Amino acid sequence: MHPAPSVILFTTLSGLGFGLLAFLGLGMPPVTGWVAFIFYVLAYGLAVGGLLASTFHLGNPKNAPKAFTQWRSSWLSREAWLSVVALVTMGIYAAGAVFLGTHIAVLGWIGAVLSGATVGSTAMIYTQLKTVPRWNQALTPVHLLSLSLAGGALLAGQMTVAAVLLGIALAVQLAHWQIGDGAFDKAGSTLGTATRLPGEVRSFEPPHTGTNYLLKEMVHVVGRKHSRKLRMIALGLGYVAPIVLLVLPGPHHLFGGIAVLSHLAGILASRWLFFAEAEHVVGLYYGKRGVPAPA
Amino acid sequence: MAFQQPKLDLSPKVSDEVRKTTCYMCACRCGINVHLKDGKVAYIEGNRDHPVNQGVLCAKGSAGIMQVNAPSRLRAPLKRVGPRGSGEFEEISWEEALSTAAEWLGEIRAKAPEKLAFFTGRDQSQSFTSFWAQNFGTPNYAAHGGFCSVNMAAAGIYTMGGAFWEFGQPDWEHTKLFMIFGVAEDHDSNPIKMGLGRLKERGAKVIGVNPIRTGYNAVADEWVGITPGTDGLFILALVHCLLKAGRIDLDYLTRFTNAPVLVNGDKSSAEHGLLLRDDDGKFLVLDRRTGKPAPFDDPEVKPDLAGTWRHAGVTHRPVFQLLAERYLSDDYAPEAVADRCGVSAERIRHIAGELARTAFEETVEIDQPWTDFRGVRHEKMVGRPVSFHAMRGISAHSNGFQTCRALHVLQILLGSVEVPGGFRFKPPYPKPVEAHPKPHGNASANGPLDGPHLGFTHGPEDLLIDDEGRAKRIDKAFTWENPMSAHGMMHMVISNAYAQDPYPIDTLFMYMANMAWNSTMNTSGVIEMLTAQDDDGGYRIPRIIYSDAYSSEMVAYADLVLPDTTYLERHDCISLLDRPICEADGAADAIRWPVIEPDRDVRGFQSVLIDLANRMGLPGFVEADGSPKWVDYADYITNHERRPGVGPLAGFRGDGDATGRGAPNPDQIDRYIENGGFFIDHVPEDAQYFKPWNKAYQDWAVGLGLYDAPQHYLFSLYVEPMRKFQLAAEGHGERQPPEHLRARLKHVMDPLPIWYPPFEDDAVDTDEFSIHALTQRPMAMYHSWGTQNAWLRQIHGYNPLYLPTKIWEAKAFADGDWARVTSVHGAITVPVAHMAALNDNTVWTWNAIGKRKGAWALENDAPEATKGFLLNHLIHELLPAKGDGLRWANSDPITGQAAWFDLRVKIEKTAAPAEAQPSYPPITSPVGKGAKSLAWKVAK
Amino acid sequence: MTTLPTHTEKKLGLVIDLDTCVGCHACVISCKGWNTENYGVPLSDTDPYGADPTGTFLNRVHSYEVIPDLGGPAQLVHMPKSCLHCEDAPCVTVCPTGASYKRVEDGIVLVNESDCIGCGLCAWACPYGAREMDQLAGVMKKCTLCVDRIYNENLPEEDRQPACVRTCPAGARHFGDLGDPDSDVSQLVAERGGVDLMPEQGTKPVNKYLPPRPKQDRAEEVDILAPFLEPVADSPQGLLGWIDRALEKL
Ligand SMILES: Nc1nc2c(c(=O)[nH]1)N[C@H]1C(S)=C(S)[C@@H](COP(=O)(O)OP(=O)(O)OC[C@H]3O[C@@H](n4cnc5c(=O)[nH]c(N)nc54)[C@H](O)[C@@H]3O)O[C@H]1N2
Ligand SMILES: Nc1nc2c(c(=O)[nH]1)N[C@H]1C(S)=C(S)[C@@H](COP(=O)(O)OP(=O)(O)OC[C@H]3O[C@@H](n4cnc5c(=O)[nH]c(N)nc54)[C@H](O)[C@@H]3O)O[C@H]1N2
Ligand code: SF4
Ligand code: SF4
Ligand code: SF4
Ligand code: SF4
Ligand code: SF4
Ligand SMILES: [Mo]
Repeated sequence: MHPAPSVILFTTLSGLGFGLLAFLGLGMPPVTGWVAFIFYVLAYGLAVGGLLASTFHLGNPKNAPKAFTQWRSSWLSREAWLSVVALVTMGIYAAGAVFLGTHIAVLGWIGAVLSGATVGSTAMIYTQLKTVPRWNQALTPVHLLSLSLAGGALLAGQMTVAAVLLGIALAVQLAHWQIGDGAFDKAGSTLGTATRLPGEVRSFEPPHTGTNYLLKEMVHVVGRKHSRKLRMIALGLGYVAPIVLLVLPGPHHLFGGIAVLSHLAGILASRWLFFAEAEHVVGLYYGKRGVPAPA
Repeated sequence: MAFQQPKLDLSPKVSDEVRKTTCYMCACRCGINVHLKDGKVAYIEGNRDHPVNQGVLCAKGSAGIMQVNAPSRLRAPLKRVGPRGSGEFEEISWEEALSTAAEWLGEIRAKAPEKLAFFTGRDQSQSFTSFWAQNFGTPNYAAHGGFCSVNMAAAGIYTMGGAFWEFGQPDWEHTKLFMIFGVAEDHDSNPIKMGLGRLKERGAKVIGVNPIRTGYNAVADEWVGITPGTDGLFILALVHCLLKAGRIDLDYLTRFTNAPVLVNGDKSSAEHGLLLRDDDGKFLVLDRRTGKPAPFDDPEVKPDLAGTWRHAGVTHRPVFQLLAERYLSDDYAPEAVADRCGVSAERIRHIAGELARTAFEETVEIDQPWTDFRGVRHEKMVGRPVSFHAMRGISAHSNGFQTCRALHVLQILLGSVEVPGGFRFKPPYPKPVEAHPKPHGNASANGPLDGPHLGFTHGPEDLLIDDEGRAKRIDKAFTWENPMSAHGMMHMVISNAYAQDPYPIDTLFMYMANMAWNSTMNTSGVIEMLTAQDDDGGYRIPRIIYSDAYSSEMVAYADLVLPDTTYLERHDCISLLDRPICEADGAADAIRWPVIEPDRDVRGFQSVLIDLANRMGLPGFVEADGSPKWVDYADYITNHERRPGVGPLAGFRGDGDATGRGAPNPDQIDRYIENGGFFIDHVPEDAQYFKPWNKAYQDWAVGLGLYDAPQHYLFSLYVEPMRKFQLAAEGHGERQPPEHLRARLKHVMDPLPIWYPPFEDDAVDTDEFSIHALTQRPMAMYHSWGTQNAWLRQIHGYNPLYLPTKIWEAKAFADGDWARVTSVHGAITVPVAHMAALNDNTVWTWNAIGKRKGAWALENDAPEATKGFLLNHLIHELLPAKGDGLRWANSDPITGQAAWFDLRVKIEKTAAPAEAQPSYPPITSPVGKGAKSLAWKVAK
Repeated sequence: MTTLPTHTEKKLGLVIDLDTCVGCHACVISCKGWNTENYGVPLSDTDPYGADPTGTFLNRVHSYEVIPDLGGPAQLVHMPKSCLHCEDAPCVTVCPTGASYKRVEDGIVLVNESDCIGCGLCAWACPYGAREMDQLAGVMKKCTLCVDRIYNENLPEEDRQPACVRTCPAGARHFGDLGDPDSDVSQLVAERGGVDLMPEQGTKPVNKYLPPRPKQDRAEEVDILAPFLEPVADSPQGLLGWIDRALEKL
């Protein structure tokens, strides 16, 4: 799939934002007043900023409100609802913390769950797509959720929790790649099933010599070398470095700060791959496999 | 919650008005319904009532809306202001354009009419343009047939009075086995597709003979990936097998062909090899009843094939015996030809067997009595359900004429022409070669030419050469170099004019031919010739006038440009006097009419010719008192009479009820419009088959005015006129060929089909240049002019060179690679792609996709100009010098047809250049560039 | 609505005959012509006269090369592809706005452009590449099965069929109700063993493809036909003798 900056930013930032909100809802840390204000500005900045970024992906944003209508069947619609409800709930909770200095715990718990659910629904948008086998696996929601929570913990300054969650997220990331790499073949769609022609099929001529929306949007070719390099960067910056910085004794705030930046950079890389490496079956019709088949 | 969905308007208004006219996105000439909204073209679909397309429409036709709105449309007459080829013009008024042209042409006509060379390309008004040229008086007129497919047309007409091309069609409803040779698309674009669809429906078998397996050959049940240039051998091997097995239609051969006609066997005589005739000039056949010769059309005669006639010590044998003797020879045995054809002997036998079985075991009978020209009544129409079609794949070779002949001989031996299930002619065909005019070329100052330019030669006496043997025509058609060049040789005009051989000309006047690009051989060379200057700084070809509708490459090389309208903005006439649009069971003609008004200062070219003729007072165009006969083309279409009562259109003549013959009808065009833009007159049931010999058909044809007396004739397995040229080469007769051509004429003018290797094979080292290079028509593009079409160019924006697996792997090519392709004549560097369904030694590409920067109102970085390419740079109009001090033409030695497909190349992998090579500097676009985006909807 | 109807009264769709399709692209352009002028926003083209012309098409013709299982030389197959109007259309259920829906009357899958936000998710969900976002209008376009033709009272009865079907010169495209086992199209599918594309995707396409008939490229039948080529003679004289006898019989 085409790794559009808008979706990469959207999923990464809102993931972090809602992760942070979740922790704030759980009262970790139990901040109030000015400090709380800073935290919530950050959290909302990320979550809302992310959502806004996603609207750049829309061809026709003026209809955006209609996206709330199909919650019965559409994960995108559900995500719209959940994000708004989560933001509102946490908004009230935040107001309490910032202006009244009180924590309405129940509201916080609910807000935390809703924040997590929002991230989960975002994940389901991708997970549900049979057309993209790499995404169409149980670990996709786990992957995005674990990252969101780990990042949230990191931002919330929950060093130990963060270290543990990062560890888990790391494991999930590795597993997601592992399973993802074999997913396309496992799903069983080939040029053979795509055309049902009896024999060894090869694409001879594309329908048009020029390109089209489908190729631009859904067929993206990443070199194997390139993707290996990026995976290393994602692992190093996104997971390993932060964990090391967290467990290392020393100026916690400084290290924490560096850990956050490093994590963000790493996750952007991971998310770029999440899209770039995801092969859509339509590529088969154009004789294009997203990643060149292993030699 | 209840399932709800939006209310839709399921019956939106389709259009305000439908206007029916004729498509011209290609030469197939289908009927179209043009839907208009607010006076603008909103949608184009096929006309269901139309004989040609019966409602369907191809990609090009459906894209017409992008053509009539193309940014490349010329807007006004242009006068060149920059150097030739720069594309720098200034727009001028029609008055200035017309008076300039009339002045230039008038001067020529007063001194030496032959100094005008008037040639037309994709033209569909040849009966009119030739009429104009004839009255102007220049011998130098032709259309594009010489580089197109004259081999096919001429071989067909000399052999059986009609050809494939668009002059006939298989009997789609009855044929059971259809063989298609060397066709990618053809002029009958839609009819062939409809026919193939019908065959598939009926479960008839299709065999495609073609080095490349795309399109028609892709859907064929069996594919013969033959080696280019060897079809003649393959076909004659089939003939060999069928003869040996006696699988030939003896009844048909004896009744309807010259198989039983006696051939003069007197070696000592100047008539040796000519056909015996009685005193009334009728062919003599041997009569089984008497063992004596009798005229072929004697009602009682029982023509013999087996006997001979010994007379005055000389044995005269029927044509059939010469034929049998030749093709039974082991030289034509499958085993002998298999390697050269790249087709196994078993395969050849298998196909011969399939022909034999289908033709003779699956006979088709129609319960329809008919009477032949001898007065013999036949209770049924019995046919051999095998049919053939072929086009440029076999004709665009230097052995093309004889190969086309071979195929017709095969058809005739099988008795499968003009019979149920076989190949059928479309009116005005069949028409014996004798009924066609002979070529004329005698010009005189201020006078008309002595007769029609183009025609069919019957012997040396008909050649257009002077007493020194010099050519009378600038293209050297109808000379010893190509005695039967029935369509002229447009591809030689520019190079001969440049070489001032046979003589210099003053003005080159062209219409609808992109001769500075895709229609010419040796494109780079021709561009130089068009711009070459003499020492005095004047151009070698002093003046060039050109009519185009769009900003083509050729426009840039004109001094004066006469902008034509698009096909929806003018009157046109698709006439029975011209290339027919008929179906086998009906004579049809059609018109175009302005379904929309031009929004530019452009005029229909035919009307412009009439204006020029009137200004020059050309005979035929003006009355005795000098006043014009016709004001414009519509006027001509309605009121011109070629013969009394016979005009351009056959329908609604006289008071509107007369068909074929009748006085001009002032309302004729309106009647055509009411009728959907066309007219059809159906062939009577008892006249539908056996047309050349069928009394009912001949009477119907005479009634319609196709000709003035019945034209019964015999098919010519043996083409006597060719023998006349051979006799001359053997030293007989006044007119003698130049010495250097004797041997060749003796060889190639054989009255029975022969095969010889394409000339280029002898002229180049075939080990070095081991690869055949071809082009194919893309179904969704028309030569150069599809490219300006925003929809079509997305389908074919550039053209890779397709390489077979053998070459692909041998040279370790990979996707995205480029190759340098070299012929003896030139080199190109182009993108390549892999194709497995392809002859091992053949490479190919789509034709005419490559474009010159600046043409067609495209951006300079358009893929057509950066990745697209022409093979034409590799093909020269002359063969490489042999060292005999002569340059031999790269064309068929009989008709002069350009031998496009003889091309031999070698290929090496190369680093991808910035652009396909050769590349040229951009032309300044005389019309600017196109829009940056389109959202086409005319309804507000 | 975005949920799929539990059942549709008809299953209108196309049956495409790969044995007959010559790959002429007529259906592609007539589709473009009809649908740019009719249903919804025009099918736009960006850079139409430049380096990278890219337009919206609802129907595109691919071509594939096949090395047949049965052996024999490589074959070429042209495969037109437009929306298959799936029974289990994932493109419908993913749509957040309800713009994408399947009609109860006839099963046609449509986009209600006035509701579309152009999120592209439906195109992601379609395995067949049958949906294209119009780059100028930012709304999703797809084959409408010419819903504005097939019931259109302003068209003569015989023309109430999709533009691509009406125009196909080879007659390789057939339109009808695949829900009715007695319809011509259903019969055709039964006779010719019509297939679904990518059945493993579980979309249950309504459109069916008729596979190319086996080719007869190899000459193995040669023996069967040999009798038809039994020589009547091996010398010209011999042949003439045979002909003499044959003519006698005529
Ligand atoms: N390599 C290679 N070269 C070939 C061939 C091949 O097979 N291989 N084929 C050859 C053959 S058979 C042919 S016929 C030629 C065809 O080649 P051309 O005869 O050049 O035909 P086109 O390129 O289609 O168009 C000629 C010109 O007609 C103009 N035109 C279009 N419509 C109109 C109109 O309404 N009025 C006027 N006045 N002009 C119009 C176009 O703008 C274009 O400039 O190409 C030949 N060249
Ligand atoms: N869409 C479309 N239709 C057109 C045209 C167009 O430009 N576009 N042009 C029109 C014109 S001007 C013409 S003349 C006709 C020409 O119609 P076609 O005769 O179909 O013209 P080509 O495309 O040159 O096809 C030549 C075919 O012969 C094959 N071939 C080449 N050499 C050999 C050989 O030695 N033996 C055999 N058996 N096959 C061989 C090639 O592979 C190719 O398939 O088409 C007309 N129709
Ligand atoms: S074949 Fe196509 S382009 Fe040619 S006349 Fe017919 S519809 Fe027009
Ligand atoms: S119009 Fe018919 S033959 Fe042509 S590509 Fe479409 S389906 Fe195939
Ligand atoms: S083909 Fe694609 S767009 Fe059409 S219904 Fe099926 S999934 Fe939806
Ligand atoms: S692009 Fe339009 S139709 Fe498709 S899912 Fe988004 S809103 Fe629905
Ligand atoms: S049915 Fe209509 S919309 Fe669908 S492909 Fe055919 S022409 Fe296009
Ligand atoms: Mo041609």
